[in-house]
Amino acid sequence: MSVPEVVREARAVLEVDDVSVSFSGRTILDHVSFEVRPGEFTGLIGSNGVGKTTLLRVILGLQKSSTGAVRILGAPRSRSSRSIGYVPQKVLLDPDVPVRARDLVALGLDAHRIGLPRRSAAQRELVERTLDEVDATSFADARVGSLSGGEQQRVLIAHALISRPQLLLLDEPLANLDPKSVQEIVALLHRVVIDHGVAVLLSAHEMNSLLPVMDRVVYVTGGRAASGTTDEVIRSDVLSALYGHHVDVLQLHGRVLVVAEPGAATDDLPAHPTLQLD
Amino acid sequence: MQLLFEPGFFSNASVRGALVLGAIVAVVSAAVGVFTVLRSQSFAGHALTDVATTGGAAATYYGVSVLAGFISASVIGAGSIEAIGTHRVRRRDIATGIVLGAATGLSALFLWLDSSTSTTGATQQILFGSIFSVTGSTVLDASILGAAILLVVALLWRPLLLSAVSTEIAAARGIRTKLIGLLFTLALAVTVGLTSIAIGSILSTALLIGPAAAALRVTRTVVRAVSLACALGIAATWLGILFAYDSKYWSSSGNALPVSFFIVSIVFFLYLLTGLPALRRRFARRTPTSVQGTRPAPQAASAAMRTQ
Repeated sequence: MSVPEVVREARAVLEVDDVSVSFSGRTILDHVSFEVRPGEFTGLIGSNGVGKTTLLRVILGLQKSSTGAVRILGAPRSRSSRSIGYVPQKVLLDPDVPVRARDLVALGLDAHRIGLPRRSAAQRELVERTLDEVDATSFADARVGSLSGGEQQRVLIAHALISRPQLLLLDEPLANLDPKSVQEIVALLHRVVIDHGVAVLLSAHEMNSLLPVMDRVVYVTGGRAASGTTDEVIRSDVLSALYGHHVDVLQLHGRVLVVAEPGAATDDLPAHPTLQLD
Repeated sequence: MQLLFEPGFFSNASVRGALVLGAIVAVVSAAVGVFTVLRSQSFAGHALTDVATTGGAAATYYGVSVLAGFISASVIGAGSIEAIGTHRVRRRDIATGIVLGAATGLSALFLWLDSSTSTTGATQQILFGSIFSVTGSTVLDASILGAAILLVVALLWRPLLLSAVSTEIAAARGIRTKLIGLLFTLALAVTVGLTSIAIGSILSTALLIGPAAAALRVTRTVVRAVSLACALGIAATWLGILFAYDSKYWSSSGNALPVSFFIVSIVFFLYLLTGLPALRRRFARRTPTSVQGTRPAPQAASAAMRTQ
C-alpha cells in the first residue's frame, strides 16, 4: 500500500466528486462536488425539486450517476454500506402495521440478517438506551404508525443511529413538522453530532432553523451546488453566481433571507416563511 | 360430548386426514398471510388462487396430481406477475389483473373439459376443496411443502418486516428488496396451492387473508399476530370440519354440507369479532365525559394525538 501524498486533518466521511444525473435528457444534477467531514453538521439546502433527494439517493447507491463518484470513508461506496444511516422523506408508516417504536429501533441493529430475531440482553439494553437518547422511551410501546410526525422522526433517527453509522443522511426531516418539533429534532441531531461524532447531512428547503447548528452548507439550485461554511456560501456574490442572476442575502434578527430583485424568476429560491411581505 | 361430536368423528380416517391437513394449511397460511397483508399483496394472493384453479383443472384433465397442478400454476402465475412488473403499486395491480384474466379464461376451458369427460364432481373439488378426500401421500406432500414455506418465512423474517415498514430504508441498508419480494411471492404461490387443496381454489383467499387480518387488528407485534393467526386458522378449520361432519346428522337430506362453507363463515365471524375492541374504543371516546371542555393533561393529549 502506498502512503497517501496528502495527510488531511480529518479524512472526509463522504466525498461527492463531480456527480451528474439526468433523467430522460433532463439534467437533474450537473457536476456536483462536495465533502462531509466527521462530526460536522452539513445542511443540504435548496428549494423543492432541485435534486436534493436524487443526490441523497446517489450517495446511498440507490441511483446511478452518469458522471463522477461517491466515496465513503475514502472507499468507493458498496451496496451494503452500513456506515450510512438513512432517514427517508415522508415515510408513510401505516398505523395498521403492528411494529412498535421499540421493534423498529431493534430492526436497525439486524434487519439485514436472516432468521427469526433473537436479541441478547446487551442488544435489548442498547435498544433502550437508543430510545432514551432520542427521548422516545415514553412511546416505545406504541405502534409507529400511530405516532405524530415528530415522534416518528425520533424513532426513525434512533433506527438509523443504533448501528453506529459514521454518516447520517436525513431527507427533509423537518418538512411538515410544527415549529416546536422542528426545534426539538434540530437540537436532537446537534446532540448526536457532538456526542457520537457522527457526521449529519440533512436536506431542507428552509435553512433558518438550521443556522445555529450548521457547520457547513451545500447550497443546490439548478442542478449545481456551492459548498463551504455558512459564511462562505450564504453570500450575495456566491449565490448570485450559482443562480445565474442577482440575489441579495439579507441578515435580519439572526435569520437569513435570500431575495431576488423584482422581476427575476424567484421560484427557485428556498422557502422563506418570513418573506410573505413581498 | 355426544351433543357436539356426532358418532364416529374420532375414528373416521377421512376426518383425521382432514384435521391434519387443516392444521398444516392453517399454520402456513397464518405466517404467510400476515406478511401478505403487511406487504399489501392481498390482491396478488387472490389472483394466484384463480391461477391455481387453472392448474388444478388442467391437472384433473390430464390425470396428474391436483396439488402439483395447483402449485405449479400458482408459481408460474407469481413468476409472470413479478416479470411483468412490480416496481410501482399501480403497475403491479395491472400486471396481476392481466395474469388473473388470462388464467381465468384457461380455467373455464379446463373446467368445461373436466365436466364433459367425468362426472365425479372434479369441478366441485377444484373450486371448493377436497379436504375429506385427500390421500395420505397428499397430506405428506403438504406437510413437507408447508415446512419449507415456514422455513423461508422464518429466514426472511427481518428483511421482510423492514421492507414492509419502508422499502426505501430497507434498500438503503443494502437489503435486496426485489429478491426478498420474489422469494416471498413464490412462498405465497405455494401456500395458495396448499389452501386450494384444502378448501378449494376460489375460497383459499379467505383462509390466507382472514385469520391474518383478524389477528393484525388486535396484536401489537408481528410475532403475536402470526401466533394468533395460527390459533384462529386452526380453530376455523377444525370447527369447520366438525360442523361439516355433524351436518350430515342435522340436515333433512342426510347429506353433509360443504366444509369450506363452514370454514369461511367461521373466519368471517372471527374477523368481525376482532373488530369489537376498536369499535368499543370508538364509542368510549364519544361519551360526554371525555369530550368536555376541560383541557386534558399533557400526557393524555399526546396519547390522544397518537391514536388519531
